Amino acid sequence: MTHRVILSRPDDVDGWRDAARAAALADVAPDALLWAVEGEGDDLFGGTSDPLPAVARPPFVVPKRFLDLAGHVALHRDPERFALLYAMLCRLRDDPAVIDDQADPLRRRLESLAGEVRRDIHKMRAFVRFRELDGAYVAWFEPDHHVVRANAGFFQRRFATMRWSILTPGLSIHWDGETLREGPGAVRADAPAGDPVEALWKGYYASIFNPARLKVGTMLKEMPRKYWANMPETALIPRLVAGAQARETRMVERIVPGGNAIKAWEALRDEAAHCTRCGLYRCATQTVFGEGPVDADIMIVGEQPGDQEDLAGKPFVGPAGRMLDRAFEEAGLDRSRAYVTNAVKHFKFEPRGKRRIHSKPNAGEIKACRWWIDQERAIIAPKRIVMLGTTAIHSLMGKALTLSSQRGQALTLPDGTAALATVHPSFLLRMPDRDRAEEEYALFVKDLKAAVV
Amino acid sequence: MAQLDVREKLEILADAAKYDASCASSGTAKRDSAGASAGIGSTEGMGICHAYAPDGRCISLLKILLTNSCIFDCHYCINRKSSNVRRARFTAREVVDLTLAFYRRNYIEGLFLSSGIIRSSDYTMEQIVEVARSLREDHQFRGYIHLKTIPDADPALIAAAGRHADRISINIELPTAAGLRRLAPEKSDETIRDAMAGMRDAIEEGADARRRYRSAPRFAPAGQSTQMIVGADAANDRAIMATASGLYDRFGLRRVYYSAFSPIPDASAILPLRRPPLLREHRLYQSDWMMRFYGYRPAEVAEATDEQGMLPLDIDPKLAWALKAREHFPVDVNRAPRELLLRVPGLGVKAVDAILASRRWRRLSLADVGRLSRSIAKLRPFIVTSDWRPTALVDRIDLKARVAGQLELFG
Repeated sequence: MTHRVILSRPDDVDGWRDAARAAALADVAPDALLWAVEGEGDDLFGGTSDPLPAVARPPFVVPKRFLDLAGHVALHRDPERFALLYAMLCRLRDDPAVIDDQADPLRRRLESLAGEVRRDIHKMRAFVRFRELDGAYVAWFEPDHHVVRANAGFFQRRFATMRWSILTPGLSIHWDGETLREGPGAVRADAPAGDPVEALWKGYYASIFNPARLKVGTMLKEMPRKYWANMPETALIPRLVAGAQARETRMVERIVPGGNAIKAWEALRDEAAHCTRCGLYRCATQTVFGEGPVDADIMIVGEQPGDQEDLAGKPFVGPAGRMLDRAFEEAGLDRSRAYVTNAVKHFKFEPRGKRRIHSKPNAGEIKACRWWIDQERAIIAPKRIVMLGTTAIHSLMGKALTLSSQRGQALTLPDGTAALATVHPSFLLRMPDRDRAEEEYALFVKDLKAAVV
Repeated sequence: MAQLDVREKLEILADAAKYDASCASSGTAKRDSAGASAGIGSTEGMGICHAYAPDGRCISLLKILLTNSCIFDCHYCINRKSSNVRRARFTAREVVDLTLAFYRRNYIEGLFLSSGIIRSSDYTMEQIVEVARSLREDHQFRGYIHLKTIPDADPALIAAAGRHADRISINIELPTAAGLRRLAPEKSDETIRDAMAGMRDAIEEGADARRRYRSAPRFAPAGQSTQMIVGADAANDRAIMATASGLYDRFGLRRVYYSAFSPIPDASAILPLRRPPLLREHRLYQSDWMMRFYGYRPAEVAEATDEQGMLPLDIDPKLAWALKAREHFPVDVNRAPRELLLRVPGLGVKAVDAILASRRWRRLSLADVGRLSRSIAKLRPFIVTSDWRPTALVDRIDLKARVAGQLELFG
């Protein structure tokens, strides 16, 4: 035979505990017990519980952890909550160690109900918004579960010296500074707008938001739309999101190279002297940073410092540098007006006896060093960039490309800067055939002429 | 300067404060106003986020500067001397009134006050302390207060700040001393670290005194934190993690905040034009968690980085570590100790504790583990259960591709 238990309120934790204890002692099976709340659902037969059978078992204890869990689950709006808790209670009565079996499906279900209630309690503490009304504070809130009574203590402890009311559709609570009273449900209009502090709060909300890092998904996860209607600041969100892109663009546009470019460049060079972004710093003598006027129109980017550059700490001072100087002059360019630097700023080599043989930097080293060349470009802002060889092309174009596919054309870098690609002078130095070398040199000079601004 | 009203000042001084990442209000001493005849406020351990901005950040505190005027010229800072942003200055009274008005309406947990440096470090620090003193003493405010202190201010002022505040922070600003020299030429790495060490001593002394005398005044019960800017100097992730772990060890910090450098209006030419991906900041937080909650040594987390010392952006660092340290896997969920379970990609602290409790009760199957964790698909290659053993899956070259779709473990 089935027994009905009618609880007096939807959050009647104590009522559930008394009835559940009596039923468990009387050995009433979980499926023989029907749980209802007075005035709710199919409460057709009036509000009295059926008498339970007599006690059939000795008293038992349950772990405290279960009571904590039940205290939360009982506040859930799920109509099955009391029956699920009773089923769990019966299992714990027979074996209290079941409380440790977290992989049990019923236990998982209860944990997830309790989790939803805890979240609702927390969100109520977070999202209740009081409005001042004749010296008292009134809030309208719509919880998902039966958490209002359970949360009263929090607001009482925090706002003990204020007079306040929290109105919800099912229940209202009022604090007058000394006692807590309960009242019937209310409507939103009972907490009318008009508190002037709301405008200040909205001003704060709009200003503390950083438009350069829009993450609407994260916001929605923590502050779902269902709460928005009762939070004044959320009215601003559509406008803030729509305006974010424009605001960020304005921020970036207003970045202008200041009058401190020389200082900025010097500071950058000093910081680069300590660079450990890739492993090349371990064997090289020093960082070889770029050189030249910080307002140069032309920027020349080579591969990496060679043996002599590594010792001197200056780019293009060895044989390749001398060839570059000569070609510059023939092309009608002023080397002293160009900024000269390398894609990779430490010398990479293989020791052979007493000599250090140049070794090509790999993609990782190029990528690690790109940070520096980006900084140099930001300060110097050249009109044209000349890339010498494939390492420079890789660094500036952002991917490995062959020289033959890029050479002789007007190129545009990903950020829009004009560029051109040609051979690295060391390639010319390494050519054994004098005639071919002369031909290639002529082509090199021809390429450089295209760089004249 | 024309007279600004409170709303205009609030907008300027909140805008200027938004580059500070911290908004935490947790981990302080418990207190409330029950039975009090005056005053307001409570802190109950757990922090509360009262709103979220469209940038996904929590708004827990009224986070403002006392003034955005500054005699320093730090390049990454919107408030630097040479910037031409609008300037404003609150009086201590205005900040106190705003804090209380917002608190009474349940908008905030308290105040996070910082300031540009005006006249001198001591003068500025005095103003900051005065706001906290007035809130605590004149208004019996029991909510949360976070004060940012100025490294070279008089220690007596810093001690006063610690008596009123729940949390104190001193920003390390940049992960490397070279970066600090370039971007904040007037600040000194040494002074910042000295101030942190002084704060650590004061916090420890305060806690010690409380242990002996219950009536001893509390000193910054929520500890100290710091923030570093990521992507404005040349430091790679490995260097940043090394700096962070050094700070945790030496100064007993509660938190290190990482703030991806973001473009600021009217920026100095010295700053990078390109901002780092926001995901980089997220990966650094994950590596931070691995050290603090998952028992990884800093050198182990560094193993998750690539040749350039950067954490991968496409997968989280715990998975990246597991893919490199495959000899540790698969882990038997029915036998392995806690430390090893914590290293399984996809198992968080909560799931591991649930596994440990449940396995005393039953031999766990794949379905059981599935109920205790978020995604079994990501876990499968790394675990052994009563009914599952990955057949050579851990040795597969394409393992990353097979699990990479099911990411994000820290939530």
